[in-house]
Amino acid sequence: MRIHSALRHRAVAALALLLALPSLAAALKTDTAKSSVSAVFKQLNVPVEAKFRKFNAQIDFDSAKPEASKASVEIDIPSFDLGDPEYNKEVQKKEWFNGGQFPKATFVSSALKPAANGKFNVTGKLTIKGKTADVSFPLTVKKEGAAQIFEGTLPIRRLAFNIGEGEWKDTGMVADEVLIKFRVITTQ
Amino acid sequence: MPRYTKPAIVLHWLIALLIVCAFALGVTMVDIPGITPTKLKYFSWHKWLGVTVLALACLRLLWRLTHAAPPYPSSMPMLQQRAASSLHALLYLLIFAVPVSGYFYSLAAGVPVVYLGVLPLPVLIEPNPELKPILKQVHYSFNMVLLACVIMHVLAALKHRFIDRDGMLKRMLP
Repeated sequence: MRIHSALRHRAVAALALLLALPSLAAALKTDTAKSSVSAVFKQLNVPVEAKFRKFNAQIDFDSAKPEASKASVEIDIPSFDLGDPEYNKEVQKKEWFNGGQFPKATFVSSALKPAANGKFNVTGKLTIKGKTADVSFPLTVKKEGAAQIFEGTLPIRRLAFNIGEGEWKDTGMVADEVLIKFRVITTQ
Repeated sequence: MPRYTKPAIVLHWLIALLIVCAFALGVTMVDIPGITPTKLKYFSWHKWLGVTVLALACLRLLWRLTHAAPPYPSSMPMLQQRAASSLHALLYLLIFAVPVSGYFYSLAAGVPVVYLGVLPLPVLIEPNPELKPILKQVHYSFNMVLLACVIMHVLAALKHRFIDRDGMLKRMLP
């Protein structure tokens, strides 16, 4: 009798846990092939876009409870691709990303607040080249069938992260403001 | 002896000067090892010069389509006249082909041209890694042909001035 009751309790507990799972907003599955993270910088006013070929995005998002959302992104710095092997080598140097010593850039969200026009305001911590800064940016979330698209642009100042040291500090050559553009697609 | 009109003479020498600058800058910048701010600056200046040449080339062609070139000296053999006209036609073609190939090479490399750092010029093609090395080679080859043509053009002008002494050069002197 006692054994029976204990078993039943366990079964009920397991069932409750199972039912509770979806609302825990488990991490969504990222479609890496369709997702992209890139940086747009201006060199003598010429906008140049370069992609981070490898990154990992973890997004917990529940449209019913957006405030409970969490996101973390890990970007592989050596995968930064400017479309030319010589330039790719240059940007991994100490003066730029110092990819050998700091191979990862990370973003970890701290809050997500609904804003006007179905957008959200995301704040969090961005770490590049070992330097962490508080950042905030608008996020758009769209649904396309079973997929969800998280899109946005995060403006940063490269010199705040020591990206471009020495003679590259000159913002007349390469502007201080850099836009990090992302489009993360998740499937459930 | 009839001469070219003032606008034609100004355009000729201005384009010549800009081509010499762009060519020298092009040769210098690709020889700078690695990537430096100076190199990137030279790349931009080189593109601005090229775009300027292209714009002036349009004016030049417009002038040529609405005006006849002054006649060659009557002492000049027919074959030489034909050779001269062919070389001129080729030079006209190249003052368009060289900057246009460079422009598309830059676009294929994913770097649009912003004239004088102020005016963004049309992005006519998307970045294209397959096309990039081809356009690089095309731009280089056109330049080598241009160099050969300019050398012949200058030698011919000097021949008319110092050997034939037929007053040909005066047609284009400022």
